[in-house]
Order: sequence, then C-alpha cells, then structure tokens
Amino acid sequence: MARLPKPRGPLSEETFAALAEGRPLLVSMEAAAAGAAVDAAEDRALTLWTLDELSYRGYPEVDDRREWDPAVVALRRELEDELEDRLRERWPGPPAYDGESTGGFPDAFLAEMEAHDGPALARFLERTASVDQMLEFLQVRSLYHLKESDPVSWTIPRLPTGPRAALMELQYDEYGCGRPERLHAQLFADGLAAVGLDPAEGSYVDLAPLEILEQNNAMSLFGLNRRLRGAALGHLAAFEATSSAPCRRIAAALARLEMAPEIREYYEEHVEADAVHEQLAARTICGSLLAAEPAVEDDVWFGAFTCLDLEDRVGTHLLERWTEQ
Amino acid sequence: MSGGERDRRGEQQPGSRRTATPDVIVCAGGPVLLRGEHVVCDEDGTAHRTRRPVSAVCRCGKSADKPWCDGTHKAVPDKYRP
Repeated sequence: MARLPKPRGPLSEETFAALAEGRPLLVSMEAAAAGAAVDAAEDRALTLWTLDELSYRGYPEVDDRREWDPAVVALRRELEDELEDRLRERWPGPPAYDGESTGGFPDAFLAEMEAHDGPALARFLERTASVDQMLEFLQVRSLYHLKESDPVSWTIPRLPTGPRAALMELQYDEYGCGRPERLHAQLFADGLAAVGLDPAEGSYVDLAPLEILEQNNAMSLFGLNRRLRGAALGHLAAFEATSSAPCRRIAAALARLEMAPEIREYYEEHVEADAVHEQLAARTICGSLLAAEPAVEDDVWFGAFTCLDLEDRVGTHLLERWTEQ
Repeated sequence: MSGGERDRRGEQQPGSRRTATPDVIVCAGGPVLLRGEHVVCDEDGTAHRTRRPVSAVCRCGKSADKPWCDGTHKAVPDKYRP
C-alpha cells in the first residue's frame, strides 16, 4: 500500500487532507480551476489518480470505506466526466474500412495500428539515453507497470461470453499462469529493485508528469465504467499491438547501459508475449466483442486512439524534457 | 454439448448449433497461433516447448526469436508477408 501523494494544488490538498483525517469531503471543481491552467490540470489529474487508487490497493491512512463515500464518488464522477470529454474532443472518429472484407475488423485494426508512427521515444532510449534518463523512464512508467493489466480486469464480468473467455486467456498469461513470480507487474517490481529503485507501488507518483497521470487515469476510466467496456478493450488491443518493437528497443537500451538483467528480462518477456497478445486482443477479444455487441465498435476505436494518443503525449513530453537538458 | 453434434471422431457435424473454438489460428500477414501445450520443431530440427497459454509461431521467417513470433512481420513489405 502506498502513502498518499504530495498535493499539487488546492483540490488535491483539500481532498487528501479530508481522506487522511477521516472528515467529510467538501470540495468543488471551482476551487481547482482557480490556479494556472497547467497546474490546475495536474491538480485535477492527481486527485483523480489518487481517488481511483481507492479501488485498487487503497492507502494505510485512508479508511477503505471512502471508496464508496458518496461525496468521493461525486468528485470522481466529475473529474472522470471532464477527462472523458477531453479525450473525446481529441478523437478524430473511427477510420473508414470495408467491414465486409476478408479480414474484417481484426485485420483493419492491426493495419491501422501498424500505420501509426509515434514519437521516437524507444529509439531515443535505445541509442542515446543516459542511465539517469532510463531510470526516470522506469520511475514514471512504474505507475502503470506495477498494476499492469489490472485496469482492464475490471471489464471481465461485464463482457459477453466470447470476449470474456478470450480476455481471461490473455490475462492468465499477464498474471503469471498461477505463478506469482511470473506475474508481469511482479517482473517489473523485481526489475526496479534490481536497478536500485523502490518497487513499492506509488513510490514515484510525485515525479509523474500530467501526461503519465492522464494515461493511467484513462485506463481506470475505461475499466471502471461498464458502459466504456469497448474503449477498455480497444485500448488493450492498441497497447498490445504497439508494444513488441518498443520493448525490443528498450531491452537493447538496458543492455547498452549495462543495467541489471532482471529489468531487461521484463522487456524481453514482452517482446514475445505481446506478439501473441496483439493477435488475441484484436481477433479473439475485440473481434468476438464486436460479433456480440456491434454497437460498441466506435468505443473500441475511441479506446485504441486514446491509447496511442496518450502514449504519444508521454513520449513527446519526455523527449522534450531530455533534449532541453 | 449434446451427443448429436459431433460424430465419433469428434468432427463438427453440418448444422451443429455450436462452432468449436479453433485452437490453431492463422493470422493474415502474421504468425499462426497455437492454443495449449505443444512441441514445435524448427527448420534446424530443434524442438521448442510452448511456454504460455497461447503461442505465436513465426510465419514470415524474419523473427529474431524463432520459432516464436516477435512482431517483425510488420517490418516486412506486404508482398513478402505470409
């Protein structure tokens, strides 16, 4: 269990104090809007991330019942609505493809993912990054990797039979096939410890920029809202389909920097695992979801776009930061 | 599944209400997926045991992790993809 993060503005300050002191939550979004735009956005994103954490592992200093405190739920809902509106504004809409073509949705989806060309974050890591930059990358990534696969697990009981069985097959692999030491989040934690970083969850949330918080918040938004199950699975499919090649580059970067083999093994495992998972996610998971519930197709594309877009924003942010140094 | 849907060899009968889930899936332009435990023999005659619930076997010939797929088929021009 992690400690509450450091507040970044009036909204997070008041929210975290109310949670830690066990008193009623009396905050408004207006309070958060008062600061500068970037600070206010970070303040809101950190508040949502911290409230979502009540549904994952919680905090030692916060009563577990606060997860369903109506005032907490109301604030989460307000922050989630604002995030979803922003994500939908960024989305250009689903691509046009011939749904009657031989490969149908899965082939069109994988072709669309292959055509995406994001910022060269993995290439920079492979060729140029210093040890300090690699450590910063691992620290900010740890917010996701330490709860890897958890956000999409929320969708499991909300899916029709076909995609439910298919998602469980993928998740079984993600969760180590019954062996805790093979659970992907644990592999990452072992890697962090091996390079001298703290493997405890939430250790590096105070270092996370807005882009990282938003990326994690979007996954929780999709996973925790049943109506967004299509977006959750589209996000998963896009994530898996764009993972193998960057993981190979990051593994090469870690070898170049002569960092501990445990962290390299995490990325090497993902080259092979995600080559399987991208096919499963597009075909047996999203394909069977759309066969059962064709009405959620737009949400699948929305979730996929959001995955790529937020990853691009993280990459752009880190590259800009590092090239300024 | 009721007894009438399959014959004695376990083959799917025409008109069966259920379609069995395939355990081998050929992916256009990419690998072939194998569900379950298998031993895959590569071109050199070396045997490799599968190690995950579903495995992807390279079909483009360019994987750096053969016999398994590592996603390299995406870098292969369309006309050379399986």
